[in-house]
Amino acid sequence: MTNSINELDHAQVILVSGSNTTEAHPQVARRIHDSVDRGARLIVVDPRRTDMARLAHIHLQLRPGTDIPLINGMMRVILDEGLIDDLFIEMRTENFFAMRDHLLRVEVEEVAALTGVREGLIRQAARLYAQAQRSVICYCLGVTQHVCGTANVQAYANLAMLTGHVEQEFTGVDPLRGQNNVQGACDMGALPNVYPGYQPVTDAAVRAKFEQAWGTKLPERPGMTLIDMTHGPTVWSERPEAAPEPVRAMYIMGENPMLSDPGIQHVEATLRDLDFLVVSDLFLTETARLADVVFPAASFAEKTGTVTNSERRVQLMHQAIAPVGDAWPDDRIICELAGRLGYAMRYGSPAEIMEEICLLTPLYGGMYHDRLRSSWGLQWPCPDRAHPGTPYLHKYSFTRGRGRFEPSGHVEPADPLNEEYPFLLITGRAYHHYHTGTMSRRCAALTREHDRPWIEIHPEDAARLGVRRGDLLQVRSRRGSCTFFARPTGRVARGQLYCDFHFHEAPVNALTVSCSDPVARCPEFKLCAVNAVPVEQREETGEVM
Amino acid sequence: MRQVMSVCCYCGCGCGLYLLVEDERVVGVAPSRNHPVSRNNLCVKGWHVHEFVHHPDRLSKPLVRRGGELRPASWDEALDRAAEGLAQVKERYGPDAIGVLSSAKCTNEENFLLQKFTRAVLGTNNIDHCARL
Ligand code: SF4
Repeated sequence: MTNSINELDHAQVILVSGSNTTEAHPQVARRIHDSVDRGARLIVVDPRRTDMARLAHIHLQLRPGTDIPLINGMMRVILDEGLIDDLFIEMRTENFFAMRDHLLRVEVEEVAALTGVREGLIRQAARLYAQAQRSVICYCLGVTQHVCGTANVQAYANLAMLTGHVEQEFTGVDPLRGQNNVQGACDMGALPNVYPGYQPVTDAAVRAKFEQAWGTKLPERPGMTLIDMTHGPTVWSERPEAAPEPVRAMYIMGENPMLSDPGIQHVEATLRDLDFLVVSDLFLTETARLADVVFPAASFAEKTGTVTNSERRVQLMHQAIAPVGDAWPDDRIICELAGRLGYAMRYGSPAEIMEEICLLTPLYGGMYHDRLRSSWGLQWPCPDRAHPGTPYLHKYSFTRGRGRFEPSGHVEPADPLNEEYPFLLITGRAYHHYHTGTMSRRCAALTREHDRPWIEIHPEDAARLGVRRGDLLQVRSRRGSCTFFARPTGRVARGQLYCDFHFHEAPVNALTVSCSDPVARCPEFKLCAVNAVPVEQREETGEVM
Repeated sequence: MRQVMSVCCYCGCGCGLYLLVEDERVVGVAPSRNHPVSRNNLCVKGWHVHEFVHHPDRLSKPLVRRGGELRPASWDEALDRAAEGLAQVKERYGPDAIGVLSSAKCTNEENFLLQKFTRAVLGTNNIDHCARL
């Protein structure tokens, strides 16, 4: 997020896109509710009629995958009606003329036809967003999990820059992060192309700094992404010559790609084919079952360390109890393994690891544990010990100097609908569960609330198929099939289905597409073409598959 | 009963909370009144965040595959086996034949160490995590 969660309190217009905020980010949703109570206006861009959408003053219920044309349409209106922020564009951005030329070719009527949103609503939303002094955009994986994810994000950035709604308190473009420490994992360089703090591995000066600190030669070439590792050459079917050599061994810490990754048939084949697999986790997950060695890891209550939330706030968690059973914290496991491979890693405590992070990572330069201990955490960038942290980003300049407009057009979804696969399946997360459910499904209360894989279907479609609430529905895509319990509801539009991915009995990712966005390589989870057939006999409860 | 300051691990909001500890067991959760995100409030996931900690399914011993089956082993045995397996693949096919997945559920310190391990010890940049998922 470029802003802090609490700044939502003071926004006048909040545009929420592709985020089922009420269920996925309850505290953010709470702030939005409070703001609306105080008079803020809410615009929701979502193909589903979520709780947030019901609260909205304007719900742009677009056809899935048409964010870019929708935003382009809004920008055309803003341009035509003279609502752009000339001064901001002049001083702070570049490439505006290309953007303007692109927008002048956009017709709002055509946008309405393509997105399925009424023209009047598009105009109304554009005016509302542009005219307010303090407008905020919050987006989530509904925006990034598309073939065109990067272009989608850029479209929202274009909109914010066009109206000058960045760089000040109470404005901005805020991605909401899903898992608790996604932000931190990225910040810490758990990425194939950057060291901690987004310092590129290809930059010789940066590499030299890390080589000196760590006393060893470091590889120059950026590494493979998760999708390349778990799907091997299959993702490169169009350009097999560019495919990297498949991996032969993997070390997986606290992840369950067998459930979370798209196209799990490929993931399973890849993991089974490995010469060697090491997994560390709290539970014997689907992934751990395939391993050669499984380490029992300590949970968050059993260790001290920091996590970074969506608003870049680095916070310290304190160890509450000794590790359960014979579990070890992951840092201890990694150090022991390093020692056995001939590289000494010795740290007296997590605070010492953080000292090394501070020294090597300008973004985290002042995040010493002793400072975090006596505060509610610090927001990066925080370059040194005296720095108070940064509640909102882009205050004086964008990280890359001027903000650049990048015009973009509509990108067709990767998995087309046809007669055989007439439904569009959208996936997401539910209020009561977390990721692949390894932890949340072991909470009695959460499981009581939500104990089986539901699929939402429009009541008219349900009537046509003759399914009632609780009936079994078999859903088949070009890649696989799964069975769910039907839940007819007006939350989804006609011709669309919605389900979450928390249940191993109904592994949704057997259905989803693994073609991913060319830049961010984010799998197109949100959309895939499926058909749905009721399963004959009615079962009360029990095993689904 | 002891109260230990921690952070909810169920979503990116990062609510501050207290873990309530009795007899070395986490028995409950209380929101933090002054925390800037939680402001004395948690969602249903936060209120139950401690429940998986003492779940009977928790792995309590390292497991090593022997004769096709995962069997309990000592830490020394498991670590030796893991180091040996990784070293063999590295020797036979080079460092880039090893892939590492880090976790958005682990701490910053652990993520930092794992990428350092991948780059400095294994000698490859093949490290990623589930940010995109
Ligand atoms: S209590 Fe709820 S909103 Fe807060 S971090 Fe946990 S899951 Fe997220």
